[in-house]
Amino acid sequence: MIVDRLMRVLTLADYNTRVVMFGTVMLGIAGGVIGVFLLLRRRALLADAVSHAALPGVAGAFLLILALGGNPRSLPLLMLGALVSGLLGMGCVLFITRFTRISQDAALGIVLSVFFGFGVALLGIIQRTRGAPAAGLNSFIYGRTASMIRADAMLIGIAALVVVLVSMVLFKEFRLFTFDPDFAAGDGWPVQRLDTLLMSLVVAVTVIGLQAVGIILVIAILVVPPAAARFWTDRLDHMVLISAGVGAIGAYLGTGVSALAPRLPAGAVIVGAHGSVFVVSMLIGSARGVLRELFAHRSLARTTVKQNLLRALFECEEAERGASVESQWRYLTTARGWTERELARALRLLLRDGSIYRLPAGAWQLTEPGRVRAARVTRNHRLWEVYLLEHAETAPAHVDRGADFIEHVLGEELVAELEEALPRFGKVVPASVHVIGTGRGAT
Amino acid sequence: MIWTSLDTWIVVAAVLAGATCALIGSFLVLKKVSMMGDAISHAVLPGIAVAFILTGSRAGPVMLLGAALVGVLTAVLVQLIHRHARLEEGASMGVVFTVLFAIGLILIEQAARNVDIHPEHVLFGAVELVPLHVVSLGGWDVPRGVVLLAVMLVINVVLVVLFFKELRLATFDPELATALGINATAVHYVLMVLVAMTTVAAFEVVGSILVVAMLIVPGAIAWLLTRRLLPFLIVSVAVSVVAAVVGHIAAITVPPLFGYADTSTSGSMATVLGLFFFLAMLFAPEQGLVARAWGTARLRLSIGTQDALGLLARAAEKPENRDASLSAAEFRGVSRSPFAGRRLRLAAALGLLRARGLVAARGGRYRATERGAEQGRAVLRSHRLWERFFYDDGKVDLGELHTAADVLEHFTDSGLQHELAERFAGISTDPRGNRIPGETTNPDANRPLEDRALDDGSQKPRP
Repeated sequence: MIVDRLMRVLTLADYNTRVVMFGTVMLGIAGGVIGVFLLLRRRALLADAVSHAALPGVAGAFLLILALGGNPRSLPLLMLGALVSGLLGMGCVLFITRFTRISQDAALGIVLSVFFGFGVALLGIIQRTRGAPAAGLNSFIYGRTASMIRADAMLIGIAALVVVLVSMVLFKEFRLFTFDPDFAAGDGWPVQRLDTLLMSLVVAVTVIGLQAVGIILVIAILVVPPAAARFWTDRLDHMVLISAGVGAIGAYLGTGVSALAPRLPAGAVIVGAHGSVFVVSMLIGSARGVLRELFAHRSLARTTVKQNLLRALFECEEAERGASVESQWRYLTTARGWTERELARALRLLLRDGSIYRLPAGAWQLTEPGRVRAARVTRNHRLWEVYLLEHAETAPAHVDRGADFIEHVLGEELVAELEEALPRFGKVVPASVHVIGTGRGAT
Repeated sequence: MIWTSLDTWIVVAAVLAGATCALIGSFLVLKKVSMMGDAISHAVLPGIAVAFILTGSRAGPVMLLGAALVGVLTAVLVQLIHRHARLEEGASMGVVFTVLFAIGLILIEQAARNVDIHPEHVLFGAVELVPLHVVSLGGWDVPRGVVLLAVMLVINVVLVVLFFKELRLATFDPELATALGINATAVHYVLMVLVAMTTVAAFEVVGSILVVAMLIVPGAIAWLLTRRLLPFLIVSVAVSVVAAVVGHIAAITVPPLFGYADTSTSGSMATVLGLFFFLAMLFAPEQGLVARAWGTARLRLSIGTQDALGLLARAAEKPENRDASLSAAEFRGVSRSPFAGRRLRLAAALGLLRARGLVAARGGRYRATERGAEQGRAVLRSHRLWERFFYDDGKVDLGELHTAADVLEHFTDSGLQHELAERFAGISTDPRGNRIPGETTNPDANRPLEDRALDDGSQKPRP
């Protein structure tokens, strides 16, 4: 039964599952933590170049061991090869960027594709060599978590521990230097050494992740979790924690699914799981998730509409134009440039607030609390207009527009400052600086 | 080496793939969005898979359509995440293409039971299999992949020729293009669509990762060789065509040299492109590392000779030094000598000066010839004028004057010297009281370093 099997996997009932799960989750945490700094350092794709550049190292080590008569499936030696050529690839990117006029993105593309191409050529040789157990190499390309053994998981665990410890100890240094390397250098921090350390950790996580996730997708465990964490917070320390969490959850889910469907490429499933967490974060993230931003946008739009109508009604009363239904309606539709539908919607919003009520004759009237609100809104608007006129030297014809843009986001502190800057108005609503309701399109 | 008709078709396919990728990839390099090529080439995978699953066909048009859609989708998603999450573009690409690629892999694995799309071929390409699927064109059996690539090449060439002006403007100066009424954003997205379609057409030959090499490396090589768009495109396409031919020949000839069988053509093509790039990086006429190192060396040598002449001119001022000569040891030993502890530099400078007849040697002592002395005085004049300038106008401390003037003296031509002299007309000594040598009549003596590394060698005439 699929549910039973899923529960067995997710509750780690089997020893094998426990080993694999430990390895991938630790990898997810390590990638999530170090990935945050990699992203801040604006070098996300460097990890991609490093992982692709590892292929010729793996294939070359394989051929070399084969030629020397050793066991070409020895994982540590293959990983050593990956490490060496990965570092070489990173060196090439930095060298090309530094010493030629090739831009960094082209340098990344060149290194990753050419190194990978050379690796493919070496792989081609291996596959056409009789008696070479080439099958093991494929796990480096697509990842094969299922074949992870205890020693592999331990290695990943140790690496993850090192990454987390170093990031904790050097958190302040990493933060300063990834945010503003120039400032850090000017402030006397050993920027060069910090950079080297950070990049070494990135390379270490990349090479270790190859076996589990595969060459092409290993960059995902470094990039996707921090990108997802970005939607939840703006603080670096929180971001590191969330990113580690996302990495762990993605790895847990991905490994679980791929244990159930061993035919699917494990790396792709794990990255797919990370991708799902990313999409969820993007939608509901509490700092800048799409839904939240939509909501914020909508609520600002509503406030704007309500405040505009409040002010219009207040000005109507001021000018005593609210006497008849027709004159009020004409004022609200023509002078303010609202369509009837917009107006009806805005009126509904205010009615729900209890700011207005309807006279039996059909005209709209401000309630007491409504009038207080309307007076405040109008006052803010006019204070701001006066301020723009006197202090910002805006032309009178443009003042209303300028005030319209800003008045809805005036906080209490700003209003207090305005009052201070324009003390002569005290607490009354100043008279308007321009003729009210003369067909300005402002809304 | 045994060459069969299979090899011919492989080379034809590789050449077509290389040319069409290089043409469109050049614009990626010029626009500095090379990694979009990488992102799109990965991201088209689910497009292909979905197009296949929906239509059940691997026909070219279906695949190209799927690719075009995914190309736009990728570009839009990258922009969205970049803006919305305020992530660097690279990171946002990393998220988009890895996730799309993962989805594509899973879909293909699902579909692979009854299709001949193999995950391995997705990555590496299978140019060796290209000649096996043929279609009949006017009585000829032509491989299907070759037809697709040829169509794509024609599309790319036609579009580039038709919209050459728009592409050039939108590539080099999007703002100007917009001001002139060309929609640079639209051009960008059309480019992304073409990249995606080209990628798919080249998929069979080179696979999804090596296509990045075909897209970017030729453009990068051209970038080192030229700046003008038309030569750029020609170099880029030519390089990739040569690399395709050499790549296939290398694939079947090089491994046997080491006792192995042959290897994959696409991998070998990418490697050859990498080698070409390496050569261009070293030996490009102006941008090459060798040319630039040579320029720097010449500049340093040239500065060394001026330093040596300057020291000789100073020696000539000393009344006790009657023949105005210096030994090698004295060159290195005078106070603040630029040759202190740098034997080799001195030897090179003196060697060059003797070869040019500016310095004569006798009995281990060096003396400036008449022409040499004149140039030495010119250097000294510049030096002391600069000291005057820094002291009077720059309020630089007496102790630091020398260092500042020592650099500028080498880059002062007669016009600049003249301006300085006019500024200090009537003053005949430097701040320490040493006499400033008079202006020479020989216009050659004041020539600044004829170095091109400094300001691309264009010595503009002075008013």
